[in-house]
Amino acid sequence: MALLEASALHASYGQTRVLHGVSFAMEEGTITTLLGANGAGKTTTLRALCGMVRTEGEVRFNGARIDGRATEDIVRLGIAHVPDGRGTFLNLTTEENLRLGAYSRKDRGAVEEDLERVYGYFPRLKERHAQQAGTLSGGEQQMLAVSRGLMLRPKLMLLDEPSFGLSPLIVKELFGILRAVNERERVSLLVVEQNAAMALDLADHAYLIETGRVVLSGTADDIKRDDAVRRSYLGY
Amino acid sequence: MDAFIHQVLAGLATGGIYASLALALVMIYKATNHLNFAQGEMAMFSTYLAWTMVNAGMGYWPAFLLTVLLAFVLGVVIERVIIRPIENAPVLAVVVVFIGLLVIFNSVTGWIYTYTIKTFPSPFPKEPLFGQKYMSSHEIGAIGVTLVVVLLLYAFFRFTPLGLAMRAAAQNPESARLVGIRVGWMLALGWGLAAAIGGVGGMMVAPIVYLDPNMMGGVLLYAFAAALVGGIDNPGGAVFGGFLVGVLENVLGAFVIGNELKLAVALVLIIGVLVVRPSGFFGKVLVTRV
Repeated sequence: MALLEASALHASYGQTRVLHGVSFAMEEGTITTLLGANGAGKTTTLRALCGMVRTEGEVRFNGARIDGRATEDIVRLGIAHVPDGRGTFLNLTTEENLRLGAYSRKDRGAVEEDLERVYGYFPRLKERHAQQAGTLSGGEQQMLAVSRGLMLRPKLMLLDEPSFGLSPLIVKELFGILRAVNERERVSLLVVEQNAAMALDLADHAYLIETGRVVLSGTADDIKRDDAVRRSYLGY
Repeated sequence: MDAFIHQVLAGLATGGIYASLALALVMIYKATNHLNFAQGEMAMFSTYLAWTMVNAGMGYWPAFLLTVLLAFVLGVVIERVIIRPIENAPVLAVVVVFIGLLVIFNSVTGWIYTYTIKTFPSPFPKEPLFGQKYMSSHEIGAIGVTLVVVLLLYAFFRFTPLGLAMRAAAQNPESARLVGIRVGWMLALGWGLAAAIGGVGGMMVAPIVYLDPNMMGGVLLYAFAAALVGGIDNPGGAVFGGFLVGVLENVLGAFVIGNELKLAVALVLIIGVLVVRPSGFFGKVLVTRV
């Protein structure tokens, strides 16, 4: 059984339809990436999965329907969404941001342990734990957003353009940590990226979205070798 | 000099009451970006509930606690039933609803309890505390109660997960949902807390201004002035503003402009702050990158 399965997802903002029947599935423990150009509907797909935009179609998580449920209930099933724009609570401290990530968990005792765990991945955040999150750099805020997601102890993490606005060095570091999180903690990752080369190196499976539809899917290696993808998205 | 000290201290006492109402205004403003014009009337109605309980033979403090609880429930219900449906309405529509609430509370209270002025008991002793002659026990007690409320609120928002969640929901609702916070309930909770604080303010001011359905008209104006002076989005500023407005009102009323023009102090402050420094003393000046 697939961990996450979306079939025939439609979504619109007001009158404008953005998704025209997106379908895909991912297995537990894997890294899947959704590729596509600006405006293809990648962010909307993630938002549709979390009930953040009006949708038609079916979404199943661990076999149970989650479409139509409230965002906060979907999150409580163990789906962490690291949103576009990072979603930082700017006026709160770094540590308060992290504690909020664990807000919906029942096991409050393990939260301290988890703080140390994410500080282990991102020592920079520990140095800045008492600092207002709004004063962190873009890279640090992205680390904070990923860490906030990890504090949920999610089964699945949705990452919306984690590389956006970051220097290549920091992107490399971040993707390394994402891989480590996937391998060590068996967190499945669904990564939306414009940076197709980085995403295909990280992922096991990939789906290519164009104007609200899946036009190509396969293992990351296959997609990397596809001529059209190579020309349009990888640029060589 | 004696008279001056007396006026300053009496000003601090009423200032404490303005502070608690200003605090209630700021809480709702921070959570929803709305100014609740009915805050004063809600407080007045809660005070009548307390009066009913005390008259029915209940002890003051049990009645006090029960009133705070009922005010809290009232606030939550109002948010859920009346405010929720107009969540996305234009700001003017919201203002009209608030004014409607104000009028409804005022007239329903008048209808139930009549407009006859009633006395309201003070829980504090009749003779002045600590053998001093400047402040009555009730005045000292009211300041004490305000400070306790402020400390409790501070501790709640600073140290509890629920308080943190409320701050998060007010600041970034979308992100708050993404960590599993039920944002709608946080707003209702904010309304409940604000109504409860207002209720405390009402019970503290009633022994001074007496109980009648129009008792909060002036008080609410001072509270607005206090909230604006302190900075409408800053709870600490609202408390400071409350004490400042209380002292200014009393001192100016006694020595400069006379008692009849006291209320004008509040209005002048409101206009002055809006013209000269709209963010107040401690408010955040929003800077946006372009």
